[in-house]
Amino acid sequence: MEFTFDLNTIWFFLIGILLVGYAILDGFDLGVGALHLFVKDDLDRRIMLNSIGPVWDGNEVWLVTGGGALFAAFPHVYATVFSGFYTALMMLLFMLIFRAVAIEFRSKRPMKWWRQMWDVAFSVASIFIAFLAGVAIANLITGVPLGPDKEYIGTFWTMVNPYTVLVGITTVALFMMHGAIYGVMKTEGELQKKLRSWVNNTIKFFIISYLITTLATLIYYPHMIQHFKEFPALFVLAVLNMLAIANIPREISKGRDFLAFLSSCASIAALLSLFAFGIFPNFVLASNNPEYSLNIYNAASSQKTLNIMLIIAMSGIPFVLAYTISIYWIFRGKVKLNNMSY
Amino acid sequence: MDVEILSRIQFAFTIAFHYIYPPLSIGIAIILVIMEGMYLKTKDKFFENMTKFWVKVFALTFAIGVATGIVMEFEFGTNWATYSRFVGDVFGSALAAEGIFAFFLESGFLAVLVFGWDKVGPKMHFFSTIMVSLGSMFSAVWIVVANSWQQTPAGFHVVGEGINARAEITDFWAMVFNPSSVDRLLHVLSGCWLAGAFLIISVSAYYLLRDRHIRFAKASIKIALVVVMIASLFQLFTGHRSAVGVHENQPAKLAAMEAVFDDQTNAPLYLFGWVDENNQKVNFGIAVPGMLSYLIGFDTNTKVTGLNSFKEEDRPPVNIVFQAYHLMVAIGFALIGISLLGIFFWWRGTLFKQRWMLWIFVFSVLLPQIANQIGWITAEVGRQPWIVYGLLRTSEGLSKAVEAGQVMFSLILFMLIYLGLFILFIYLLNEKIKHGPENVDSIPSEIGHPKA
Repeated sequence: MEFTFDLNTIWFFLIGILLVGYAILDGFDLGVGALHLFVKDDLDRRIMLNSIGPVWDGNEVWLVTGGGALFAAFPHVYATVFSGFYTALMMLLFMLIFRAVAIEFRSKRPMKWWRQMWDVAFSVASIFIAFLAGVAIANLITGVPLGPDKEYIGTFWTMVNPYTVLVGITTVALFMMHGAIYGVMKTEGELQKKLRSWVNNTIKFFIISYLITTLATLIYYPHMIQHFKEFPALFVLAVLNMLAIANIPREISKGRDFLAFLSSCASIAALLSLFAFGIFPNFVLASNNPEYSLNIYNAASSQKTLNIMLIIAMSGIPFVLAYTISIYWIFRGKVKLNNMSY
Repeated sequence: MDVEILSRIQFAFTIAFHYIYPPLSIGIAIILVIMEGMYLKTKDKFFENMTKFWVKVFALTFAIGVATGIVMEFEFGTNWATYSRFVGDVFGSALAAEGIFAFFLESGFLAVLVFGWDKVGPKMHFFSTIMVSLGSMFSAVWIVVANSWQQTPAGFHVVGEGINARAEITDFWAMVFNPSSVDRLLHVLSGCWLAGAFLIISVSAYYLLRDRHIRFAKASIKIALVVVMIASLFQLFTGHRSAVGVHENQPAKLAAMEAVFDDQTNAPLYLFGWVDENNQKVNFGIAVPGMLSYLIGFDTNTKVTGLNSFKEEDRPPVNIVFQAYHLMVAIGFALIGISLLGIFFWWRGTLFKQRWMLWIFVFSVLLPQIANQIGWITAEVGRQPWIVYGLLRTSEGLSKAVEAGQVMFSLILFMLIYLGLFILFIYLLNEKIKHGPENVDSIPSEIGHPKA
């Protein structure tokens, strides 16, 4: 494969970075949501909710910006994927709506049925969003049927098969683990003890589903490791990934929760990098005819736009990082409820 | 129904519902800045508690705005894929800029605004409030730029032919400052300030009528009244500028707005009427002769291009645009009237004794909302049959991979979910209003009489 470090390649990786940012940040609040119903006490549920309260909305902005960047840099990918995956996308949107309003509405009334209703909406939506994200990623690995005019020609059920479901479950497991670790950092006392034990369970759940996924990928979708054969240096990523995952239980057992969380972040970043190097230079592989695939050239905007967008991104990203870091710094430490809390 | 009509209904429905909320957020945010600024200046806890109450209302509107806003960004791709392929190079960059420059700013500092009262000092908190307000307005900037480019495309060239044709940027700043961007942005922003400020006026007037939270309500009304006076008068100016812009850049839309069928000088301005599109005349109408020509060119000899100068397939629906536009203008003048009357009574010192005026205030919250909606109907229906004016037809912008059944399914779900959301929003807002602000009645002050 030819590898040229041009604007198209830069934008492929910039979109990847937005996706990594989204997965790391929204990943833990989706994970907290996925675990939410396992916490029974109302006060504990409030602590869980308020641990993500100030940040979940900002985390979701990574997805929104990623969508906008995809639209601008690779309009054909945006158009083909969003219209082709119409029904799945609509379900994702409905879940995002339910989740957002559940967080906001839950605390507004004290009735038990009211809170239970929004707790279920919040938790089910969190799990579903994580699952759909995984299924979407998996479809980019397996490829989907595309016409010569870049249009999706499959149906909703084309996207659902054992492999895509498996990746969906793995994503849920990953975010549950990530969310449990985040929860340990933000809580204290009995609730923290409970979460700490969940970290160990969710790690097992994740490692098992991750191993099956990896095996399935190697057996059924060997094109994903093509680049790794050509550039053995990339295997470093796979090794880093393993080390990061293995480091999580070690840090947790030593009570170094923040380092465990960083390890979890690193493993998410490594996993998505493996995925990105695996599909490069394609965005959407055409399973029926590789020539119809959408890649970083035939799906891209003009060089001028990619250049303008790069200037926009470079001038905006320092600010984005500055806000993100300040907000997490301001809200560091254990959750304390007050009269403005959820 | 076919995919085209279903997709248009879905987009119209989801954007109209979404657009209830961002104007409220933008409008309330700017008033939060004023209120918290007064707290910093006077160190009077009263203003802090006042700000806190409106922050809760703000957070509620903001949450629904976010939840329904993400739908909009996805819908270009889901329902209008061919449009997305055509405009991505241009339109997409404005959308991405909105994410990078506005959403991150807004959502980051929102955390401090809502949850950070005891995490940061008062100055840092005030700074966050300003940033949230700015962020919400930046997002209006980019989305109006994107929409204005659809109305008056500039700074691009079309490359390729047939299904491969697409618009590519040639000049980014010409795209951003396309002929209608600035006028429309100012018009939209002052519409937002009116929406937020009138919500505050409405709730506060209700408290006064119920004899609750007197000082809080009076102080809130005064701040919001200043905002609506400025915004409603400014709206006259921006509305005029926008109409002149429509005359210059989208003559078919102007012709529909005023039901001008034949090219004419000395064109009349209708106060109201009902357009008979088949017979090309306006029934039951009262018109000021020559006024339209005068307003757009300050000269009654200004020529207005009529609808008959456009091919039949290039004309927008006339009566919808005409009615929406005229009702919007009427509401605009009503809002100026209400603001000036309020200011007049305030100056005379009798504002809070005029119970009928307070009742008008209570219901006035609906007016800017209606005006915002029908203003956008004028703009968007008036642009038809084009999705990008003069370049791409709405019917050509659809997703080829999507079938009518799928859109029908999502449209029905959107309707059900949004209906539920709206009921919940009204219910929670009502609960919040009934609960009222905390710790504002026990602080003595010379402005109002504290209640026990």
